[in-house]
This record gives sequence, structure tokens and C-alpha cells, in this order.
Amino acid sequence: MSLFWQTLICGLLLGGMYALIAIGMTLIMGVMKIINLAHGALVMVGMYVTYVCFHYWGIDPYAALFISMPALFFLGCLIQKYSINTLIGKESILPENQVLLTVGIMLVLTETMRMIFGSDYKSVHTSYTGSSFFVGDVSVSIPMAIGFVIAMVFTYALHIFLTKSDIGRSIRATAQDKEAAILMGVNANKITIITFGLGSALAAGGGTLLIPIYYLFPDIGHAFVAKSFIITILGGMGSTMGALFGGLTLGIAESFGATYISMGLKDVVGFVIFIIVLLFLPGGFKSLTKR
Amino acid sequence: MLKKFWFLSIIIIIAIILPFIVQSSYYQHIFILILIWGTLGVAWNLLGGYTGQVSFGHAAFFGLGAYGAGLLAFHLHISPWWGMIVGPVAAVIISIPIGLICFRLRGPYFALAMLAVGEICRLIFTEWVPFTNGAMGILTLTTFSSKLPYYYIGLVVLLLSIYTVYRLMASRAGYYFVSIREDQDTAESLGIPTTKYKMYSLIPSAFFSGLAGAFYMNYMNYIEPSIVFSLPDVSIMIIMVVILGGVATLWGPVVGAIIYVVLSELFRSSLGSAHLLVFGVIVCLVIMYMPNGVMGEANKIKKLFRRKGTHIGSEMT
Repeated sequence: MSLFWQTLICGLLLGGMYALIAIGMTLIMGVMKIINLAHGALVMVGMYVTYVCFHYWGIDPYAALFISMPALFFLGCLIQKYSINTLIGKESILPENQVLLTVGIMLVLTETMRMIFGSDYKSVHTSYTGSSFFVGDVSVSIPMAIGFVIAMVFTYALHIFLTKSDIGRSIRATAQDKEAAILMGVNANKITIITFGLGSALAAGGGTLLIPIYYLFPDIGHAFVAKSFIITILGGMGSTMGALFGGLTLGIAESFGATYISMGLKDVVGFVIFIIVLLFLPGGFKSLTKR
Repeated sequence: MLKKFWFLSIIIIIAIILPFIVQSSYYQHIFILILIWGTLGVAWNLLGGYTGQVSFGHAAFFGLGAYGAGLLAFHLHISPWWGMIVGPVAAVIISIPIGLICFRLRGPYFALAMLAVGEICRLIFTEWVPFTNGAMGILTLTTFSSKLPYYYIGLVVLLLSIYTVYRLMASRAGYYFVSIREDQDTAESLGIPTTKYKMYSLIPSAFFSGLAGAFYMNYMNYIEPSIVFSLPDVSIMIIMVVILGGVATLWGPVVGAIIYVVLSELFRSSLGSAHLLVFGVIVCLVIMYMPNGVMGEANKIKKLFRRKGTHIGSEMT
């Protein structure tokens, strides 16, 4: 039974951090109505920013959040303003041109990082990396617990921001109906830029929280892009709370898959859930609450 | 029409005598890579370009074709060339249930479902060690020491795929494909069985992806799941190649393949690992400024050059 609880706790903590990354993606998806394939690459860039902070300047990864998140916010705004927004209203054969552009951006970000840091695996070793505490007979890793708590704080702060602040409300209005929002005086162009920046910042936040327990290399983004898609679809496009529950579900499912099926097949569990949800519950968890 | 015929004949004749002009086996290797990528691009273009079903998981069919050939040699110890039949057939057989499931979804959902299919295939082939030899991959012996036979087989495969797509697009099915891409609901309301025709588009696409995979196995003699089922290096690269060359054009994928392979070989020697960076930047610029690719915007490019020679006033009238 202790194995069961161990697996559950581990999956839950991991899922909280996945959720933070996925919330960034679901925000962008909700407002832009596109899938952002560069999201994993943004996570990866955020992780490298933290790595640089730790390795060269000796800044603790959790303090580096205050550097990596603003940096990625800025990068995300630039990407949105100077590349993706220029495509709006352009005639092309495939309607998915913006999605394909995010693939190009992903390629550019990944290869830039590979050029700077090389392909080898990097990791951040803090004093608390391997340490853990016990609840009953279940051991809880300290960096995972801290990461989970910070991720939940961010999620709650974002929720307050989206429901209470002026910009947050404009973001939600644009996500619901872009034309109507424009008629109500929302500067939709500015909102898309802010949203992409915010999404990138959350991606960097998630990546930074994961870094004490993960390793780092330029291609790591692909794993995160797949995970955040699964979570976004699980939770329903554009739903913050859905993404939170989706993230927790994926974390737990992966954890159980790794314990009870096989370590190598834990990612298959996620993908199978993904396809099943796409087929039988296309609206995700969001559609369950509306009934 | 006659002009087109001559143009085509000249291209084919050049393609046939090319390896005699360029004898270096390194350049011949580049030509063969172009043929493989061209075939993959043409296959993806049928489903993604003409029918509008953007797939992020074509590595699944490529890998199945390659493993179809590789596993024959690995388990039955017969020539992997039989895989040129078995590989594509395996890809088609697997593509039918995938299509039936995934075609219930549209647009980005379909793209994501295909991405998941590609990744599932990679993970299964990595983990199922007794059957696939896992991450150790499959190694076979080279059949020909010269590159020439490979070049001509690859050329036949590419021309076959282009001819198939050409005939399909000239038939009734081709018009159905384009109507599904332009507006699926309207197509359905006009009485086109959309799911059925999406399948008709997927099956040849999977077949030629599998054929390219089987040929890749025979040429490279070594495959492993992380090479042939790779998401960034196969699935996404196919899309980039087609976007670069021109979506929904007959020769676009081949042009894209030439640009991709030549660029990556050119920069590999001078820039090392940064060659993909240059390629990524070019892809971004092409999507931003030439959204229909090089062949798709060919008329615009032609006009741009012609305008310099002629009187500007003639454009106005």
C-alpha cells in the first residue's frame, strides 16, 4: 500500500509543475486559437536561463524564477509581435500557417541553444537536490514539494489576475469572442502579445521549477510540448482550472504507468489517454462542469 | 501542354544522366537523400497539402516502412529488398485504423492526434525489444557497393509517387480532396463522403511514406526507432520541406527537398550543428513572406523579375 501512496504523491507533485507549463499553453490556445508548438522550446529556454543563473552567477533556481520569467515574457512578446501577428490576415493555402510558423520558431530556439550550450546533458545540483522528508512511510522529495507549492501559488495568482484585473478580463474577453472584444474597445493586438508573453513566462516558470529534479538538453522541449498538449486537451482548450486538473491527472497517470506497467512505457500511457479523451470527451474536463 | 511535356522530359533526362556527370559518391549520396525526402514530401503533400489534413505524425508510416523491411531481414533472414513490398503494405494496413480513428477529428485536433500516433509508434518500437531489437536498432548488409543502383531505384520511387499524385489530382477524387481542404462542411453538404475521401488520400500517402522508409532502410542499412520515428527530424521536417517548396503543388515537395538537403549539407561543413538553425530561420521567413512556398509563389517571383524588364505601365492595363 505504501508503494501506491508513494506513486500517488509523486505523480501529484510532478503534475502540479506540468500544470503550470500547460496553463501557459492553454492561455495562448484560448486567445490565439492556435496550437503553439514552440511552447516546449520556450520551457527549454527558460530552463537554460535558470541554468546560466545558477552555474555562472550562483543564483538559487527558485530565486532565478524572477529572472527567467520576465526574460521569457519579453521573448514571448517579441515573438508574437514580430512574427506570428504579421501573419494575421495573410492569404495562404493552408489555414494552419501560424501553427507551422511556431514549428519554425521551435526549430530556431532549439538550434540556437544547441549552438550556445552544445548537445550534452546539463543539470543543476543544489544542496537540497537529493533530500526528502517522510510523511508516514511515504518519502517526499523536497525540491518536488517546493516546486508543487510554488506552482500552485502561481496558478492561484494567475486565476486572480485573470478574474480581477483589467488586462486579465480583456484576455478572457478576447478568448471568448475576439470580434466582440474589439468592438468593446479591447486592443486585441496588444492582448495577443501580452498573452503570448504571459504563456511563455509560465512555461519558463514550470521549467525552472522542474530543473532541480530534471536534466537539461536542447531537445528536451519536445517532451514538454507533447505533455502540455495532452494536458490542454484533457482540461479543455482555454480553461485554466481544466489545465490544472489535467496536469494533476497526467502526472498521476504517468507515475502509475511507470510503477505498475513499465518505466519506458509511461509516456505511452499519456498518449493513450490523450487519444481516448480526444475521441470521447473532445471538450475535456471543462465540458463536464458545464453540464 | 507541349511546352510542359518538353520541360518534364528535360528534367527526367537530366535526372537520369546526372550521376554520370557527377561521379563523386558524396554528391551521389546527396542526390539519393533528395530523392528520399522528395518522396516523403510528395506523400505528405497529398494528405496535408491537397486534402488539408495537416499530419504531425508521418514518421509513423516512414518508420513502419523502414521496420517492415528491417524486421524481414532481422527475423526471417531474407533480403530487405522484399521490404519494398512489405514495408509500404504494413504502413497502409496500420494507416487504416489510424485514419478511421483520427479522421473523426479536425484541424488542430487531427494534427495533435497524429503527433500522438507517431510518438506512440516510436515508444512501442523502442520498448518491444524481443521483436524490434529496441534502441539497438537493426543492421543489415549493403547490397550494392556503388551508389548508382540506389540512385535509380530512388528515382523510380520518386517519379512513381509524383505520377500517382498527378493522376489522383487529375481525377474526380482530386477535386474532392481540394473541396475537403477548402470547406469540409460545404463539401459534405454537396454529397461528398468526406471521411471516405480522406481515407483515399491517406492510403496512398501512407504507402509512399512507407516505400520511402523501406528504401531508406535498404540504402542506409541501419535503423533505430529514434531515427526513423523521430518527431523533430522526420515528422516535422517533412512539413518544413513541403512548406518551403510549396504546399499543394506537384513539384513543390521536390524543390523543398532539394533546398533542405543542399542547405543542410552546405552548412554542415561550415557551421557544424548550426545548419538546422539556418534552415529554421529560412523556414520562418518563407512562412512569413511567401506563405505558399517557393513553387506556390512561383508566378509572383517570375513577375518580380519580369517587371524589371518591361514597362511598368503595362502591368496596370
